[in-house]
Amino acid sequence: MNNSHDVALNSHVHRDDVGAKMGMWLFLFTEVLLFGGMFLVYAVYRFQNQEQFKLAALELHTGIGTLNTIILLTSSLTVALSIAAIQNKNKFLSIVYLNATLLLALFFMVNKYFEWSTKFAHGIYPGAKELLEKPNGQILFYGLYYVMTGLHGLHVLIGMIILYIIKRQIKKDIITSDNYVRLENSGLYWHLVDLIWIFLFPLFYLIQ
Amino acid sequence: MANAVAENYLQQSTNKYSGIKSWLLTTDHKKIGLMYLIAILFFFLVGVIIGLLMRLELIAPGKTIMDPQTYNSLFTLHGVIMIFLFIVPGLPAIFGNFFLPIQIGAKDVAFPRLNLLSWYVYMIGAILALVSLFLPGGPIDTGWTFYIPYSVRTSTNVSLAIFAAFVLGFSSILTGINFVTTVHRLRAPGMNFFKMPLFVWATYATAWIQIIATPVVGITILLVIIERAFGVGIFDPALGGDPVLYQHMFWIYSHPAVYIMILPAMGVVSEIIPTFSRRTIFGYNAIAMSSLAIAFIGYLVWAHHMFTSGMSDTARWVFSLLTFIVALPSGVKVFNWVATMYKGSIDPQPPFLWVMSFIFLFSIGGLTGLVLGSLATDIHVHDTYFVVAHFHYVMFGGTGTIFFAGLHYWFPKMFGKMYNLKLSKIAVALFFIGFNLLYFPKFILGYMGMPRRYYDYLPQFESLQKISTFGSWILGGTIFFIVGYLIHALIKGKKATSNPWGGVTLEWHIASPPIQENFEVIPTITHKPYDFSQLKEMKNE
Repeated sequence: MNNSHDVALNSHVHRDDVGAKMGMWLFLFTEVLLFGGMFLVYAVYRFQNQEQFKLAALELHTGIGTLNTIILLTSSLTVALSIAAIQNKNKFLSIVYLNATLLLALFFMVNKYFEWSTKFAHGIYPGAKELLEKPNGQILFYGLYYVMTGLHGLHVLIGMIILYIIKRQIKKDIITSDNYVRLENSGLYWHLVDLIWIFLFPLFYLIQ
Repeated sequence: MANAVAENYLQQSTNKYSGIKSWLLTTDHKKIGLMYLIAILFFFLVGVIIGLLMRLELIAPGKTIMDPQTYNSLFTLHGVIMIFLFIVPGLPAIFGNFFLPIQIGAKDVAFPRLNLLSWYVYMIGAILALVSLFLPGGPIDTGWTFYIPYSVRTSTNVSLAIFAAFVLGFSSILTGINFVTTVHRLRAPGMNFFKMPLFVWATYATAWIQIIATPVVGITILLVIIERAFGVGIFDPALGGDPVLYQHMFWIYSHPAVYIMILPAMGVVSEIIPTFSRRTIFGYNAIAMSSLAIAFIGYLVWAHHMFTSGMSDTARWVFSLLTFIVALPSGVKVFNWVATMYKGSIDPQPPFLWVMSFIFLFSIGGLTGLVLGSLATDIHVHDTYFVVAHFHYVMFGGTGTIFFAGLHYWFPKMFGKMYNLKLSKIAVALFFIGFNLLYFPKFILGYMGMPRRYYDYLPQFESLQKISTFGSWILGGTIFFIVGYLIHALIKGKKATSNPWGGVTLEWHIASPPIQENFEVIPTITHKPYDFSQLKEMKNE
């Protein structure tokens, strides 16, 4: 046990921040591939049904999409500021920034809720009679729209839960200015959620 | 060795509990490895019994012991259990968990708690798969490939069963992340990448495929579940979807997955051959790099499962060519193994005999793979018993055989007990005979035109089907015989020494069974991994 040249070897006082971040990056890599599979399906179907995809995209509200993009990008900024705050030993500010992130995430979800419910009211949801009467390309477009934004929304929810737990750990001094790798990893996860939205936004709202 | 009185990991606990809780809440990679061993062995035996039942049904044309719907469910289950519960997690989760940290001189994996979590996730997936059999709706009957559109239309419990596959994939990803990080962060001082044993290299390459490939099948499975649950149009042709796209998405994972299955086995072979030849491995770098090459090229050959699905001619010859190329690194390995034995001092102990039988069976499996990889011949034998025979020769003759080889090689290290060598030599012979009797006739049957997955067959196939069923009894009996004498050895076996085979990789430098933290002092590595000049020093220790 007297190998002091490498902390990682002492499994019972196990603390390896570089390793922890490496694990997180690998996990994010699997997330990118998970969504990558869906982007692949999207690309193939867009290629097969170009006209219908264009028509279907006209129904989406670009304004709400833009607003959500701004909200999510800002929330990524606040997470990064929260990490900077804890590095500067400012526990209070770090918690404030996390609260801001959570609030922005909540805004995003509320927007999403109104967006989806408007679509539902117009009879555009999987299995609806109005949707099934449309050409196949539009059914596929909305199928992918609901699945991809839905799975992204699920990631936002999971991210919110994680950030909430992290916030409590900062309050209880489990995460401190010299041991904040968990906050960093959660921040990385949040940036991923942001990154995926950056691709979803143009694919569904902007290409028209 | 120096400290024979010290307690071993089986008696120690990583938490404050003793008894069963010291196992269920452990973070010790060795105990988790053993927990995987017990679970995986159990599901393997379930899969074996299902296989035996299917063979019994096929002993004569027409109905023998079950109706067609039961048969459809059984071949699906046999596939799902053997693939997702046995072969994919088998070698990495059992031997990778147990020996990867020891072979690089670490006390544990990088994320011990995550390691325990992945065992629980595996168990949840396995339980979901079993529960789906007994719920109303009936067991899944789509075959283990879950092809659209049937998997969207059938009323059986497809959603739950494939959700189980999703959960098992998650467990596989967590294990992969853990192993990659472990190899990068926890190597002992002096252990650079080119001093790592080849089993570590193979497991490392496997871990990368687990990370890269599994998410794609994960999302594909999720899409099928969403399609079934909400009627979303994604793959269903009635809603404009493309079933061939589903096949692409499925095989983008599931072909690399066969390399997840075979690569760790190749790693085990590269351990066993030098030990029993008393000679350093021939072409260490070539073997290590060929693992990475297989991992890389194996990612690009998926569409050779779809030569008859209606792809363009260009796509077909490109994938056919890539399929031939992936045979090269496998060939590199086989030639290097054989060259290692040349002029070696060969000691034909049971693990070595298992490896010999592996090389024979795997070569047949690999070469018949080329028959399937060529466009013209594939049209003739596609979806016949030829494919079934090829797959079982590579997977069962390859990975399955090496599962037993690894078990026999490391059993004394894992449990500190030695099994009966004579009995196990007989077992290898019986296994080899039973295996060939069971699967070789399937090559001929497939060539004659017997389609796979059929419940019934024409009278001219009867004699070969009977030979195959007869072989299944020998093989099945041998497997239970092996499990029997290993359990007997566990209870009444002689105590094993710390280095019964004369190996030189790190696990043979420590006590059998190892102590909880593996090493009393973390070693500093100066030798190449298969440098047998160490043996003299080790005896003096």
